[in-house]
Amino acid sequence: MIDFLLNPWPWWFSGLIIAVVMFVLLFFGKSFGFSANLRTLCSIGGAGKKVKFFDFDWKKQIWNIVFLIGAVIGGYIAYAFLTHGNHPVEISESTVQDLQALGFSEPSSLQPAELFNWESALSLKGFLILAIGGLMVGFGARYAGGCTSGHAISGIADLQIPSFIAVIGFFIGGLIMTFGVFPLIFG
Amino acid sequence: MAKSEAISWYRIQEMFRFQAFHMYGIIGTAVVLGIIGVALIKKFKLRDITGDPIRFYPKNKSVPRYLIGGIIFGLGWALTGACPGPMVVNIGYGFLSFGIVLIFATLGTYLYGVLRDKLPH
Repeated sequence: MIDFLLNPWPWWFSGLIIAVVMFVLLFFGKSFGFSANLRTLCSIGGAGKKVKFFDFDWKKQIWNIVFLIGAVIGGYIAYAFLTHGNHPVEISESTVQDLQALGFSEPSSLQPAELFNWESALSLKGFLILAIGGLMVGFGARYAGGCTSGHAISGIADLQIPSFIAVIGFFIGGLIMTFGVFPLIFG
Repeated sequence: MAKSEAISWYRIQEMFRFQAFHMYGIIGTAVVLGIIGVALIKKFKLRDITGDPIRFYPKNKSVPRYLIGGIIFGLGWALTGACPGPMVVNIGYGFLSFGIVLIFATLGTYLYGVLRDKLPH
């Protein structure tokens, strides 16, 4: 049992937990959609005074901000109490080779140092990658009306056509970035 | 999320390169259980904790909004290896540079709010 918790969790267990989270939220009269928090953060910051889109009663979204804080704490617990040290991610050999061709060394933790250690993140190129990537995620999620949790999980669970279209969009964008843009900016 | 490595940039790369079943297994399990559960909620008209029926709100029918928005989201997802949830899980996990990604994602959402009336929906 303890070993099961300490080792990386199998995909089916993680998928099961995500579904349980969604149903718990539905049972409490809420819905599972994480990126709505970004809009709430804008409102809390006072954006509602200037832009109508952010002029709503954000206090009704506090539960979701609590969910966000819970996700941070969950990440900390996973790191501090539920690992055998910072082991490398167990990705397939072919991915390791493809990424090596782009200049990424073999994984030594969950995230590549080439992008996320401070030295890279605060270099001009590294900072622009994280900043532009973040901008696109935040802009795209709101434009599409949801992110992975709202569309790929909640929306498709309810068999909504817009969510299928959005997920197709996620993949078109992801494939363009991976196969079209990566060779230009890395390597 | 953290324990199944779904917050890892490497795992998202592996997914977009179709080189492992892992991420598809996670999302697929959640979706299949979700479809079954939502169907049961509708069939038995289940209620939430306050006694109101659990409702699902159909999203507005449109193509450009979901497709264009989705493509922009996908570009950012593949680049940073994180959608909004995993960004904050990563911060908790100690990868604090995801704070940069999160701040700019919030700015991106703000930018959408500003430009909203000028975009095709």
